[in-house]
Amino acid sequence: MTSFDAIVVGGGHNGLVSAAVLAKSGRNVLVLEAAGDVGGAARTEEFAPGFRVSSIAHLLNRLHPDVVTTLELEKHGLQIARSAFVPSVALSTDGPPLVLHGAYGEVLTGASPTGQTAWKDLRAQLLRYAGILKPLLARRPPDLSGMSLLDTASLGQTALALKKLGKEDMRDFLRVLLMNVADLLDEQLSDDRLKGLLAFDATLGSHLGPRSPTSLLGLYYRLAGESGGAAGAQILPKGGMGAVISAICVAAEKAGVTSRTNTPAARIIVEKGRAVGVALASGEEIRARTIVSAINPATTVFDLVGPLEFDTGFIRKVKNIRMNGDAAKLNLALDRPPQFAGVDAAGHKGRLVIAPSPDHVERAFNPSKYGEFSPEPVMEITLPSLADSSLAPDGACVLSAVVQYAPYALREGWASGRGKFLNAIMAQLETYAPGIGKTVRHAELLTPADIEARYRMPGGHWHHGELQADQMLMSRPVAGWSGYDTPIDGLFLAGAGSHPGGGVSGAPGLNAARRIIAMKG
Amino acid sequence: MNQQPAIAPSTARAAAQSHFRTLRPGTPFQPRIDALARTNDWYNWAGYRAPHSLWDEELEYFAIRSQAALFDISPMTKYRVEGPDAEAFLNRITLRDVAKLKPGRVHYTAWCDDEGFVLDDGTLFRLSPTRFRLCSQERHLPWLLDSAIGFEVIVEEETEAVAGLALQGPTSFAVLRDAGFADVERLKIFDIAEFPHDGSSQGTSRVTISRTGFTGDLGYELFVPAEHALSLWDRLMLAGELRGIRAIGYAALNRARLEAGLIVANADFVTAVHAVRPNRLRMPDEIGLGFMIDFDKGHFNGRRAIVSARAKKRLRHVLVGLEIEGNIPAEHAMVYYRKSQEVGLVSAAMWSPMAKRNIAIASLARPFGDTIVDDLWVEIYAMRELQYQKLMKRAKVVPRPFIKLDRRTANPPADF
Repeated sequence: MTSFDAIVVGGGHNGLVSAAVLAKSGRNVLVLEAAGDVGGAARTEEFAPGFRVSSIAHLLNRLHPDVVTTLELEKHGLQIARSAFVPSVALSTDGPPLVLHGAYGEVLTGASPTGQTAWKDLRAQLLRYAGILKPLLARRPPDLSGMSLLDTASLGQTALALKKLGKEDMRDFLRVLLMNVADLLDEQLSDDRLKGLLAFDATLGSHLGPRSPTSLLGLYYRLAGESGGAAGAQILPKGGMGAVISAICVAAEKAGVTSRTNTPAARIIVEKGRAVGVALASGEEIRARTIVSAINPATTVFDLVGPLEFDTGFIRKVKNIRMNGDAAKLNLALDRPPQFAGVDAAGHKGRLVIAPSPDHVERAFNPSKYGEFSPEPVMEITLPSLADSSLAPDGACVLSAVVQYAPYALREGWASGRGKFLNAIMAQLETYAPGIGKTVRHAELLTPADIEARYRMPGGHWHHGELQADQMLMSRPVAGWSGYDTPIDGLFLAGAGSHPGGGVSGAPGLNAARRIIAMKG
Repeated sequence: MNQQPAIAPSTARAAAQSHFRTLRPGTPFQPRIDALARTNDWYNWAGYRAPHSLWDEELEYFAIRSQAALFDISPMTKYRVEGPDAEAFLNRITLRDVAKLKPGRVHYTAWCDDEGFVLDDGTLFRLSPTRFRLCSQERHLPWLLDSAIGFEVIVEEETEAVAGLALQGPTSFAVLRDAGFADVERLKIFDIAEFPHDGSSQGTSRVTISRTGFTGDLGYELFVPAEHALSLWDRLMLAGELRGIRAIGYAALNRARLEAGLIVANADFVTAVHAVRPNRLRMPDEIGLGFMIDFDKGHFNGRRAIVSARAKKRLRHVLVGLEIEGNIPAEHAMVYYRKSQEVGLVSAAMWSPMAKRNIAIASLARPFGDTIVDDLWVEIYAMRELQYQKLMKRAKVVPRPFIKLDRRTANPPADF
């Protein structure tokens, strides 16, 4: 039997990135995936006969450039050229939509001349400020208890970048950092469609409304991502998100990674405070010097290791990680492509956003605070089969939408709430694309409860822990243990629950692998 | 979620909130103690009104050493820990190996936070294979409940439900025997047993007696359901009349415990949750509890931190017993090296009538008290009619306990 240097638990994209990077460093790496396929929530799956769709993540907007270059993903078939960038379309019932072209609205159409100017200024400012935070994504959060020279140097770089902004801009950066996105938008914009889109983007994937304090951070997080070197740019990968996974898999295989699917880990074996292997559900035990858990941090601690091996204070912190999701995924198999009113052909191939104003997003958020779904949900829609006909039968169309707000702990329960929520979503779609309802051949609505069960994401949260100020950087996943290592020697965390967070970035996986290599683990 | 519990009409609400009218509640023994309290010298023990002295501090102390002293320990925080995982749970929390604690036995232990700093010390009673009573100085329920995640165990506070008495002193065994606790002589030190108790009007009950105490003397601790507290008190007082039984307050006990070399949380060290200043936190090794640590038993709270502190020699303090020349108690005196360099502080001190020595417990900054034990001095500020007389007295590091009484452990216990 082959012996492994490292075992990666969880074959989601972060697990695969981690495995590939570790393997490239000369380690013999095994990936254990519970499902029949690797890729986690970034797979391309068939949801109706002949219809395939990206599982949960459907837009690529933050795959980290270091991941792309380290794993040579472009050589392995991933296309992230500027020509692949798709626009964002802010839909409106009051008139024509607003379209953000290129990388997050380099060109804006459908706005007034003053609106154009205001956007140009705000966009530049947002990217400038997001750029300050960007370098923090690809490294360990600073270790406050014992700052290494490297930590200090990298923090120094951030300070320097801040200084470079100039006095006025630096003050403004600090002023707005923890603001709510709605207030900032009101300061600088007047177009409700544009403000609605930005409010939506800022709060997508978190339990925040545009008027919740710190909601602007979500927009920075998004804009700190880039594609093809352009900040904020988004791509609909050909073949769905599974194509990204395939490229990472090729890199992993080339580096010599072994993966085993349908192989759930039952337990991480700890001996004398050190992780020494993984016990499988089948009873088989595999040993390795380093165990990398690329699954949820709470699952790792409570289910795989067990609370006995940790100190109570640590358990308390892990227990308190907030990770109840608010986003649902809707996959529709349609007889024919829908027609969104006022949107041109290029727009249909992009991202269509129903979030007509910040007020609308806020009103959609309100019920979720009390365990109810939005009666008029907000959503981002893609029609991936328009650009990639392999995803749907001839003439038919796939609609993929991420919909908010769908609280994980729905008070009435999702068994009875699901149908009602689907009706609410369809009513919204019908408003913007009249006649779409009649063309639905099959509808699959994944509530956070479904996402939890299907993708093993507790709370159905794609960040594996709310991505808010108190659960970012040094506090992610928990304060004191943000550097990918854990209280158990030889056990590392590499999933979205670790810094910087979720989305198809590969950054947590990359950072964790770098940490392990640096520690000679 | 955001709903308030339904609030009943205002009279019911007022009744439910009336606890604040009793600012400092009494214990189940309060009627008897109040009747004996001639000095009216009360202090606050964990929120309870407890006697500092009852009639004469000095004589109360001598009741411990030459008669039998009855001390109400009901305010001590008590937790019931029960379930198939109780042993594993307690092993994870506390420093000692609970697997080595047999049913019917007690041990003194301590527990730490993640950083290895002592949260509290206390006694752990193993009442059955799956049932324990953890007694402590402070309250820890949220900590215990969070520690219980993943264990099949129930943790319940029973401080109010269970009344406790310490019966200490040379005649304590005879008092128990005369009170009709048959076979109590079989209890060896740290043994526990249950005895029937007929409280007549209050019905029958059982009393748990352990041969334990905080005095370094022959003595027992008795636990009984709160409703049987008074009949138990009366039973002991009646049986002990000719054996010189006396109720005592904390001042007397505090002297006895110092002679026995025992430490008190928040007097000789600051517990981790109370310490505001970071350099007040203490690891077990820094307060003389290092002997409890058992690395062979698997993981326990603070283990990694303690291993690392020992390996990196990051233990900064040491708790020592001192013998000081002269007879002036050195309470809270500074400790000096070569009469000039400040190296620590005395946390408890007295002239010991039993040891006939001037004794103290002090916290010193290592290496003083650890590898450097010579040329240590204490500076005593003796108040003499509104003027301090500064006394620089030589101090010698000596082992604790300061007194060792054979009767404490003698089997069978002597009949004085």
